[in-house]
Amino acid sequence: MMAKRRIKTTVKYVILIFWTLVSLFPLYYMFTFSLKDNREIFGANIIGLPAHWLWSNYKDALTTGNMGLYFMNSIIVTGFTIIFTILFSLMATFALERMVWKGRKQVNAIFMLGLTVPIHAAILPVFIILRKFHMLNSYQSLIIPYVAFALAMAIMISASFMINIPKELEEAACIDGAGIYKIFWTIICPLMKPAFSSVAIFTFLQAWNELMFAIIYISDGRYRTLSVGIQSLSGAYTTEWGPIGAGLVIATFPTLIAYLFMSKKIQASLMAGAIKG
Amino acid sequence: MGSVRNNKKAIAVFILPAAILFIVIIIVPIFMSAYYSLLNWDGMTTGKFIGFQNYVNLFTDPSVNFMKTLWDAIILAVFSVFIQLPISLGLALVLAKGIKGERFFLSVFFIPVLISSVVIGQLWLKIYNPNYGLLNAFLKAVGLSKWVHTWLGDEKTALMAVIVPILWQFIGYHMLLLYAGVKSVPKELTEAAKIDGATSWQISWNVIIPQIKPVIRMCIIFAVVGSFKTFDMIYVLTNGGPAHASEVPSTLMISLIFGRNQYGFGSAVAIIIIALCFIFAIGIRRVFKVEED
Repeated sequence: MMAKRRIKTTVKYVILIFWTLVSLFPLYYMFTFSLKDNREIFGANIIGLPAHWLWSNYKDALTTGNMGLYFMNSIIVTGFTIIFTILFSLMATFALERMVWKGRKQVNAIFMLGLTVPIHAAILPVFIILRKFHMLNSYQSLIIPYVAFALAMAIMISASFMINIPKELEEAACIDGAGIYKIFWTIICPLMKPAFSSVAIFTFLQAWNELMFAIIYISDGRYRTLSVGIQSLSGAYTTEWGPIGAGLVIATFPTLIAYLFMSKKIQASLMAGAIKG
Repeated sequence: MGSVRNNKKAIAVFILPAAILFIVIIIVPIFMSAYYSLLNWDGMTTGKFIGFQNYVNLFTDPSVNFMKTLWDAIILAVFSVFIQLPISLGLALVLAKGIKGERFFLSVFFIPVLISSVVIGQLWLKIYNPNYGLLNAFLKAVGLSKWVHTWLGDEKTALMAVIVPILWQFIGYHMLLLYAGVKSVPKELTEAAKIDGATSWQISWNVIIPQIKPVIRMCIIFAVVGSFKTFDMIYVLTNGGPAHASEVPSTLMISLIFGRNQYGFGSAVAIIIIALCFIFAIGIRRVFKVEED
């Protein structure tokens, strides 16, 4: 009986360790070739640690490869997307959950449709609208659609947090003479902080990694975000892999560092969207 | 309080920013796309109304071969449901039953989910590279030089070569959902089965899996809908090529609209993708409901 159990445990660990390698090996490969020259990558030392740590690959990617600029653009676009998504979704959730008006159920249902609508629906019509207003090749051309498509999930997450805030708090504030805006600002907003981080994580991953809007709406190099930037980097360095690897690492490390410090929170945020589905 | 909660002006102030964005960027474009899909339009000149001709052409024009793109999406969906999900479920079961290092493994398996498909695509471009790629180097090293291949450049292997990284990337996501599901199965149920002498395998099959059906349903919906929407990885790896070998509806849509300036024709593809997303989401839910009743 003991022996049998031990074999079973061993088999389980073999599976788990095997899958750990499968999950991590491509990333290990990425990190190591970002520090190698072609000679090593192409044969001399394919999967080993770099013989000489070639940090100049990172310098090339950041300066000649423009990854520094693309990184900043991604920060700007993602940052504003997160701020507006949190603000607008919180306001809308407050109106939908706490205010009393006719049709709010229907309006909520329409917002929830947004969970199923793919971005394919918007890509051409929004392109035409943006072109008409000469807004292609700008940060707004990405921030606006990103916020719109993040709203449904953000409202759903916010609502699930707001339900747990006792209504008595608002009522007490009301008796003390606070108006609706003051209640929202001083009672609801501070108590919704845990929801902010969930919405922020969700929105961050969506905006930071988005490709389809970014390749269509941005052709001007000055506004390229990382996902498009990597594509042009890889086009510029077809024969030299090191700087491409460095570019990939640059695009990935913010996510990985955040994950290192709050893996549980990130996992929970990504599941929050699915739970109700 | 009642009058405060009824404040019409405040309601408008709170709801309008989200509502306007949502209407302008999501709702109206669906109708615009539907209208464009009835036009013969290059995006510059005035479009000509041609009824459902674009839809007819989608299924009859051999140069577009829309059926092939749907078929590719179906193949991806089948692989997702029958390869990706069972692996995810297996890992979730092993982890959720409690094992030392549970949190560590869970967190590691989830990492690929967080990384952008562009990065993963670029990485796999290097892995598949015919001359210097990891895969061919590995095959040569283990004496399988016969198998060395231009993975993404060959019509026969391109589709499979793009499917592998897509499956790889999202195994962790399904695993996490299923893991949470397994964890929520009441302990009494599994304990009772254990007392009745059920093996661990029987407990998984007869107790846990029936209990987590709603989660499995959700994973299937995500996997199928995701397959019909998939874009990033394929765009990076092959952009649908070679000779449409790995073309899916999304890559076809983008190349019709923004490559060939066929705005109307491309919009017809968009409308079909939207419709499929809704149909699958509703349909799969219904199938499972009938089973539960």
